[in-house]
Amino acid sequence: MNKQEFETGDQVRCSLDGCQCEGTYITARDGMATVKLTSGYNIGIPSDSLTWLSTPEQVQMDIQDVSQNTDLPLVSIVSTGGTIASRIDYRTGAVTSQFRATDILSAIPGLASLAQFRAVQLCNILSENMTPAIWQKLARAVYDEISAGSGGVIVTHGTDTMAFSAAAISFMVRSPVPVVFVGSQRSADRPSSDNVMNGMCAAAASLSELGEVVVLMHASTSDDKCVIHRGTRVRKMHTSRRDAFRTIGSDPVGTVDYPSLNVNLGPSAVKRGERDLAIFDKIEEHCGLIWYYPGMDPAILSAWKGYKGIILTGTGLGHVGTDFISRIKEMIADGTVFFMVSQCLNGRVCDRVYDTGRDLLSAGVIEGEDLLPEVALVKLMWVLGQGYGPDETARLMRENLVGELNRRSRV
Amino acid sequence: MTGDTLNPKDPDFKALGLIAGIEIHQQLNTEEKLFCRCPTSIREIGESSGTFFRYLRATKSELGELDRAAEEEMMRIRKFQYLTYDTTCLVENDEEPPAPLNDEALDIVLTIAKICGMTPVPEISTMRKLVIDGSNTSGFQRTSLVALNGKLPCGTAIDTICIEEEAAQRIEDTIFSLDRLGIPLIEITTAPDMHTPEDVQDTAAEIGMILRSTGRVKRGLGTIRQDINISIREGARVEIKGVQELDLISEVVRREVQRQVSLLEIRKELLARGASIEKDPVDITELCRGSGSKILKKAGMVLAIRLNGFAGLVGREIQPGRRLGSEMSDYAKKCGVGGLFHTDELPAYGVTADEVKAIKGSLLAGDNDCVILVADTQEKCRCAIKQIISRADMAFIGVPKETRKMLEEGSTAYMRPLPGAARMYPETDVFPVRVTKERFEALKIPEMINDTIARYSKTFGFDREVARQIAYSDRRDAFEEAITAGVKPTLAERAFNSTLRELSREGIIVDNLSNEDIISLLSDISRGKIAKEALSPILIAMAGGKQLKEAYESVAPQVSVDDLKEIVDRIVRERAEFIKERGNSATGPVMGVVMKEVRGSVDGKIVNQVLREAISRVLNDQ
Repeated sequence: MNKQEFETGDQVRCSLDGCQCEGTYITARDGMATVKLTSGYNIGIPSDSLTWLSTPEQVQMDIQDVSQNTDLPLVSIVSTGGTIASRIDYRTGAVTSQFRATDILSAIPGLASLAQFRAVQLCNILSENMTPAIWQKLARAVYDEISAGSGGVIVTHGTDTMAFSAAAISFMVRSPVPVVFVGSQRSADRPSSDNVMNGMCAAAASLSELGEVVVLMHASTSDDKCVIHRGTRVRKMHTSRRDAFRTIGSDPVGTVDYPSLNVNLGPSAVKRGERDLAIFDKIEEHCGLIWYYPGMDPAILSAWKGYKGIILTGTGLGHVGTDFISRIKEMIADGTVFFMVSQCLNGRVCDRVYDTGRDLLSAGVIEGEDLLPEVALVKLMWVLGQGYGPDETARLMRENLVGELNRRSRV
Repeated sequence: MTGDTLNPKDPDFKALGLIAGIEIHQQLNTEEKLFCRCPTSIREIGESSGTFFRYLRATKSELGELDRAAEEEMMRIRKFQYLTYDTTCLVENDEEPPAPLNDEALDIVLTIAKICGMTPVPEISTMRKLVIDGSNTSGFQRTSLVALNGKLPCGTAIDTICIEEEAAQRIEDTIFSLDRLGIPLIEITTAPDMHTPEDVQDTAAEIGMILRSTGRVKRGLGTIRQDINISIREGARVEIKGVQELDLISEVVRREVQRQVSLLEIRKELLARGASIEKDPVDITELCRGSGSKILKKAGMVLAIRLNGFAGLVGREIQPGRRLGSEMSDYAKKCGVGGLFHTDELPAYGVTADEVKAIKGSLLAGDNDCVILVADTQEKCRCAIKQIISRADMAFIGVPKETRKMLEEGSTAYMRPLPGAARMYPETDVFPVRVTKERFEALKIPEMINDTIARYSKTFGFDREVARQIAYSDRRDAFEEAITAGVKPTLAERAFNSTLRELSREGIIVDNLSNEDIISLLSDISRGKIAKEALSPILIAMAGGKQLKEAYESVAPQVSVDDLKEIVDRIVRERAEFIKERGNSATGPVMGVVMKEVRGSVDGKIVNQVLREAISRVLNDQ
C-alpha cells in the first residue's frame, strides 16, 4: 500500500542520500515532515522522502483514577488555562495540559493528603486572550463553588494577565474563604517546573485562615518559599523569572514555606469568615487604559470616543502633555470619566503640585491615589458596572474597597 | 566458554565476540554558549556571584512508569544547589527561555560531519532529554541530531553526530557550578564496529585528531569525554563512562573483557555448585558488640546474609584490584553505606578468626558458603542488603547491563543501571534549523593534522615526532606565520617548539611568552640584528618578565657590524704573530676568542666572515 498522506503515529521509512532509517511520523508543514527516529530524536525531512510502513494500533493508556480522602476539607480548582499539570506523550512529543482533578492529583501527588479536590474547567486559553466577559464567568464559577461548600478555591491561570483577573475577582466576589490564583512560569512538563511547589503552596493557602482573593507564586528563584500577594496590589514584574510577581506599594499578605507548607499571614491579611459571600458581577466593559508618552498625538483620543471611562497612566505625579488637556475636557463633557494613575507604579498621584496637574484637575480628571494602572482599569469597569453616577463613581474610585488602595503612603 | 579463550597474554577477542563502540563528547571553543549569549569560560568556585537551590521532579512517562535510571536516582531524595557567576545568565538558571541555537557551534559540528562524509539532517530539531541528577537546572538536556551515517578514514563507521549542551559541573554531591552548563558539545557516536582493544584506541585517536584539526575545540582536562560500550558474545553491553586518557583505552577494553569472562566463569561455577541466596537477612548487631572492628562494634545495626555455595567466588578477582565482592559493594553503597564485609576476605580489618566462626555459626553457614555483612543505620542496612541480594542474583545471569565508571588504572566500578530509551520530547522554545545544501557545501574542510604532520616532514625535513609536536601545538599558526615571513624552518621550529620544551623541562615558565614577541625576535635574527645563538638566553629573559628590548640588552650589549669590525681588528692585531705563524688555520682559535667577547650578540656566520677578511688582510700584508 502506497500511502501519500501520513497520520501521526504511522511507522515510516526515511531515505536520506542513500541512508535509510525508520521512525514514527509526527506531523508536516510546508513539505517538511517531522519524524521521530527509534533513538528518540526528531528530524525534519522532506515529506516526499518518506515511505509508509504501517499504522500501529492506538495504545489505550490506563489512567488510574486517584482516590480521594473524603475526611479532608473540600477545595475547588477552577482552571482557566494556566498549566499546573501536563502530560507528555513520548511517542509523539506532544505536551497536553491536564485539567481533571485526577490528572492534577496524579501530577502533584502531595495534594491528595491535604484536601479533597473538585476540579472545574472553565476554559482553556492563553491568558493574553482573557476578556472581561470571561472574568464574569470566572466570578460566577468561584461564587458557585464557595456556595456549594468549598473551603477554598484555587484558580489556575496563565501568568500574563493573572493580575488583571485576580483584581477583577477581588471586586466581583466578596469571599469568606481564600481564593488563590496560581500559575507556573516554567512549563509543567519539565522536572524543574514551579508548578508542583506553587500548586502545593496554593493548596496550603486555600486551607489556611486567609479570607480574600490572592495571587500566589515563588518568592525568589530558589524553591524555598511562595509569596501570597493581595489580588489588587500585585503585578507581573519580569517576563520569565519564577519570582516575577511582586506586591507593589504594600506588604505581601503572607508567605508559604516549602516543603513544610507553613502558612504565615501578615497583620494586614483578611481572615477567613471576615467577609460575607456575595457576588457583584456586573461590569462596564467599555473602559480604556492609555499609557502617555512624550509627543503623543491628542488626536488619538478620538479612538476612545464614547467610552464610559478612561484610566490615564501619566508620568511622574500624574501628568500628560498640556496639549492633551482640552481634548480630555471635551470628552469629560461628553460623559467619559477620567482617572489618573502613574507610570511609576510606585507612589501616589498628586495633581496639585504642578500646573499641568492642576489644569488636569480643573478639566475634571480625578486623582487615582496609588492604584496600579491595571487594577484601576478593572476597578473602574466594576464601579461603573454597578451603575453609580459620576460623583458616586469618583468617590468609590478613591475609596479603599478591597485593599486596592492605600490612604496613607507608608515609609 | 573455556578458560583457554582468555589467554591473559593474548586473548582471542574475535572468538569471544568482542563488540565495542565509542561515544565522544567534545566541548567546542565558541564565542557564546549553545543556547545563550554567555561566554564559554570555566571559572573558579571562589569567583561565584551567588547561589540558589531547586527540587527536580521525576516525571512519569505516559505509561505511568519512571525511567529506570531515574528511579534509582530518586532512592535518595535531594535538593540541588547551584553556583552562579557574572558570566552566567538567567538561561542557565532556568529562568529565561533559550536563545536560538548557536550558529557558530552548528557550523563547527557540520564541518566535522562533512569531514566524516556524513549526511546532514535536512532540518535539525532540538529535543529535551530528561536528566534529573541535578546536572541540568531545567531537568533536561537540550540535544539535536545533526548528521547520520559516516565513516572514519580508519574504516570505523560513525552512526550519528549530535550537538548538545554541556551539563553543569558537580562540585560536591548535590552542589553544581553553572559556568560549564550550556557550553556547546559535539557528540560523535560510532557504530559498534570494533572488535579489538587496539581498534577502539585507534578509532578514538583518529576522532581526536579530526576534532583537533578544526582548531575550534576546547583543550585541556575535562574538555573531552570518551565513553566506551563493550560486550562479548555471552556477556552483556556495558557502558564505561569518562575514559579521559587516550592511552588507557585499549587497557580499559582489555580489562572489561577480562571482567566479563570472569563473571561468566563465576556463573558457571555457581550453577555447577547448585548455589543459592538466602533472602532473609539476619540481625547480628548484638553479636558484633564486642568486635575487633570499630565499624561493626559501633554500628546502629549489623545485618548479614548467607550466600550458599558462593565461598571463594565473592573474593575472586575479576579485574585487577576488583572482585565480585567489589561489585556487590558498589551496589550497596547506593544506599549510603560505606561498603561491606564478606567472609572470603575475613579475618581482616580488625575482625578476628573467632568472630568469623561465630558469625558463620550464627548464620548456619557451611564451608561452601559466603556471608556478607553490612553495618550502618537500620534503614541503610535494610536498603543495602536488598541491593546486595539483587547483585548476587545477577551473578547467576553472568554480566549485568550497567553503566560503569573508570578507575585509575583501567578497571571499572558500577555506576548505575543502563538507562532505558532516553525520554525525549521536542524543545519547542527553539525553532528547527534548516541545513541547506548550499550551507553544507560552503563549509571549508581544514587540513587534517595527520596531513600537516606529513607535510611538515616532507617540506621542512622535520622528523616525524617533531612534526607531530608542532602540528598539535597551540603555536602552530604562529609557526606558519613565521615561515611565511621568511624565517628558516629549523629556527622557527626551535623557537616555537624544541627550545620552549627544553626550557620548560628546566623549570622555566614559557606559557607567557607571546607569539608576537617570538615572531619579532625571529625577524630580528633573520635580519642579522641578533645572533641565532642568542635565541635561548633571550627567551629565558623574556620568560622572566623582560620586554623584548630589555632582553636583548641583558643578554648581550648590541654589537653593530662596525663595532664588530673594531673588535675583530683589535683581537687580530693582538694575535698577529700567531696568525702569521698558522695562516688561515688560525681562524678557528681566534674565532673562539672573538665569540667569547661578543657573547653571542652577533651571528657566528657574520663574525666568521669579518674575521676571515681581517685575517686575510694580515696575511696579505706579509
